Amino acid sequence: MDARNVQYMFYGFTAAWLIVIAYVVLLALREGRLRRELDRVRQMVEKR
Amino acid sequence: MRNKILFALAAFAAILLVRNLYVIFFVLGDEAAQGAIWRIFEFHFPAGILGLGGFIIATIFSILYLVRNDLRFDSISAAIIEVSLVFAAIVLATGSIWARIIWGVWWAWDARLTSMLICWLIFAGYLMLRRAIEEPTQRARLSAVVSIFGGIDAIIVYKSIEWYRTQHPGPVLTIRGADSAMPDIWQHTAYWNLLAMTCLAIILVMVRMRQEGVAREIDSLRRLAHSY
Repeated sequence: MDARNVQYMFYGFTAAWLIVIAYVVLLALREGRLRRELDRVRQMVEKR
Repeated sequence: MRNKILFALAAFAAILLVRNLYVIFFVLGDEAAQGAIWRIFEFHFPAGILGLGGFIIATIFSILYLVRNDLRFDSISAAIIEVSLVFAAIVLATGSIWARIIWGVWWAWDARLTSMLICWLIFAGYLMLRRAIEEPTQRARLSAVVSIFGGIDAIIVYKSIEWYRTQHPGPVLTIRGADSAMPDIWQHTAYWNLLAMTCLAIILVMVRMRQEGVAREIDSLRRLAHSY
């Protein structure tokens, strides 16, 4: 069996998990940004 | 309560994924003609179902928004589309890597691959459109229309291997009436992986929907602040 066969199988699995991990990181960053923005806007409303 | 559901789903998905990876690598044998690389199918298929299924479900919510004018339907649709786009990206990436070994090329412009790429691009455009429009109802209406085009394409992607003679393999699962279906254990593993990845998709959609809720709250507080 061609050695590239197994190698590319791992590339496939790695690509799949990297895409999921990248999205989870993106979601976590967005969550933090939204929380900070919500606090900021709430303080802005309270001041008025 | 919501967090408990998320943690329970995450724990279940993690256990199932570890179990599935063990089965895929250590229990299932190589395919006679393809060797080890066929195992990519065990992730390619569930990601495809979740990507296309998600696009179609999101399109239904977009239609519901157009009928009911309720922004919650728009939020659900946007959350599902973003997560489905991730799974659709996995389908394109894993399919391309498999094709490099089996077909000798990274990409072929056949009906299945081309319609899938178009589908991905339509929904990527959907997300870009949403970022470009500030006014919530206008954003929801226009993106719902784009979503309907994408939903129609998702159905074409699903049926393309039956409608056209494509380079992409035809149906290999018994449930789709395959002439020469895969062995049962391979199919069952794919279904178990579909279950695990569905749990993952539900978690991601729930988190994304919560973020949409926070974004709506920020919008309404801003309007309130500016109305004083």
